[in-house]
Amino acid sequence: MTKTVIEMVGVNKWYGDFQALNNINLKVEEGDRIVICGPSGSGKSTLIRTLNYLEAHQEGRITVDGTDLHPRMKNVTQVRTNTGMVFQQFNLFPHMTVLENLMAGPIWVRKLPKAEARAQAMTYLDRVRIPEQADKYPGQLSGGQQQRVAIARSLCMNPKVMLFDEPTSALDPEMVSEVLDTMIGLARDGMTMICVTHEMGFAKAVADRVIFMDQGEIVEENAPKPFFDAPQNSRTKTFLGQILQH
Amino acid sequence: MLHRDTVISDIAVHKPKVMAGIFAAAFVIFTLMGLKDTIFGALMAPVIGDPAEAGFSGNAATGLVLAILLTVNIVLIAFLPLRYQIGIVWLQLLLLFLTFFYSFDLKLSFIQTKIWFMITQGLFTTLYISAISIALASGLAIIGAVAKLSSNGFAFAIASFYTSFFRGIPLLMQIYLIYLGLPQLGFVIDAVPAGILALTLCYGAYMTEIFRAGIQSIDKGQWEASRSIGFGFGLTMRRIILPQSMPLIIPPTGNQFIAMLKDSSLVSVIGVWELMFLARTLGNKDFRHMEMLITAAMIYWMLTVCLELIQSRIERHYKSPQH
Ligand SMILES: Nc1ncnc2c1ncn2[C@@H]1O[C@H](COP(=O)(O)OP(=O)(O)O)[C@@H](O)[C@H]1O
Ligand SMILES: [Mg+2]
Repeated sequence: MTKTVIEMVGVNKWYGDFQALNNINLKVEEGDRIVICGPSGSGKSTLIRTLNYLEAHQEGRITVDGTDLHPRMKNVTQVRTNTGMVFQQFNLFPHMTVLENLMAGPIWVRKLPKAEARAQAMTYLDRVRIPEQADKYPGQLSGGQQQRVAIARSLCMNPKVMLFDEPTSALDPEMVSEVLDTMIGLARDGMTMICVTHEMGFAKAVADRVIFMDQGEIVEENAPKPFFDAPQNSRTKTFLGQILQH
Repeated sequence: MLHRDTVISDIAVHKPKVMAGIFAAAFVIFTLMGLKDTIFGALMAPVIGDPAEAGFSGNAATGLVLAILLTVNIVLIAFLPLRYQIGIVWLQLLLLFLTFFYSFDLKLSFIQTKIWFMITQGLFTTLYISAISIALASGLAIIGAVAKLSSNGFAFAIASFYTSFFRGIPLLMQIYLIYLGLPQLGFVIDAVPAGILALTLCYGAYMTEIFRAGIQSIDKGQWEASRSIGFGFGLTMRRIILPQSMPLIIPPTGNQFIAMLKDSSLVSVIGVWELMFLARTLGNKDFRHMEMLITAAMIYWMLTVCLELIQSRIERHYKSPQH
């Protein structure tokens, strides 16, 4: 029996007059690994950010782990700690050490004792393979290391689903693989994840489903193999042609 | 530091043209100042004779000697490494100041009899009024800044009215309004609390803007990251936003503190025995105003120097780890 973690039904979102999301329907079950791709400005970030309510939708229904998202909900903290978010720009807290970054949520939100929070933080730092950087400040780390710290920071809240918004787009090319390897590791361990990325190798390796978005709509959705080998929609074909040229 | 280029340009004051320019300007200015009747003229007596008798040539000769000394001094200092340059120029300017004060014919023994009281009573009062006020003003400023940035109409309206009013009215008037006005409403208030209240409200208004700018300078990604690990508004503000705004908030706040230290002299008008009040009153009986004013001025200045040193330490502290 699988459990539905995220459900979007008929979701519409506008920025002023501009429609950023157009009738989005999406169901994510526990253990699902979904990759979202599409041209710049197609609404990928907007979609993923509505899932932990960093952005509000205007029409339709979004439920995360059984909680309905709406402007007056009282348990937004629960929704946000259940959904770990990894940003393109890392957004680590520059005034805290790596360890403090990881302990902040558990201590102040989960009210964990310090020692326990520290032990947990070290576990996750081991998992992203940079335990030796624990006492450094984010500004002293490479981009790839920072992004791995950001992933560990999200994991420390024990989320039910991880959301990645182009986690490797701001990285120098030689650092992309260390972050992807971390994410592949997570996927192997059964983490539910939604990942906006153009890394097709990653999509082929771990995704159950690939979603193509354009102009705020989900244009095509399929398992990786048919998605890449035999795209149905002409817009998907054009897009794949563009990114696979290199 | 300004961002320095790697190319080294010639030292300006070692160029003959610049040297000649400095010399000529100094000569003209010193001559026109008519210095023969000052201490410089007296020192020149062997050359120009009795300064009182010497005419324009006396002024010119004094000006010439001073201009030569100044030019040589500048040229020599320019040879030294930066640290020594700074030290020597400071020392020389200080000496110049002391000469200026010396010319008032001050009575040092009078200063000696009063200075202890000026420090224990005046300096102490000035310091604690300023310290309490700046602490309260900082608290007020955080509230004001959050209100000004909020989307709550009441909060914004009250905060912007507050900053507009208290930045728009002279501090002296605020002190009178509070000290004389509040009792009309039935709140009798002592001079010291009235002074503290006025300084707090006034500087809180200025510092609201400092805090607002500091908060606004933080990238929106920090808010989002903070929210995404479940922080609410209070935690985000306390743990994420304000600590990062500090490097931006502290320098202008130090500046405000230094300004307040001297603006606290305005509360002397309602009879608080702080430095300025004592400076104006202690010399009255013996007609020794200048002694007391200059002593107070020196105390203010030394206090400011201390604060500047503290401020640069704090700035260094907030700069150290990440940047
Ligand atoms: N805060 C905003 N205000 C107005 N328009 C926005 C805002 N955020 C995004 N948009 C617009 O919404 C569209 C989708 O943006 P986004 O979700 O960031 O696209 P993607 O991540 O696929 O590149 C873009 O056209 C963008 O300009
Ligand atoms: Mg995006």
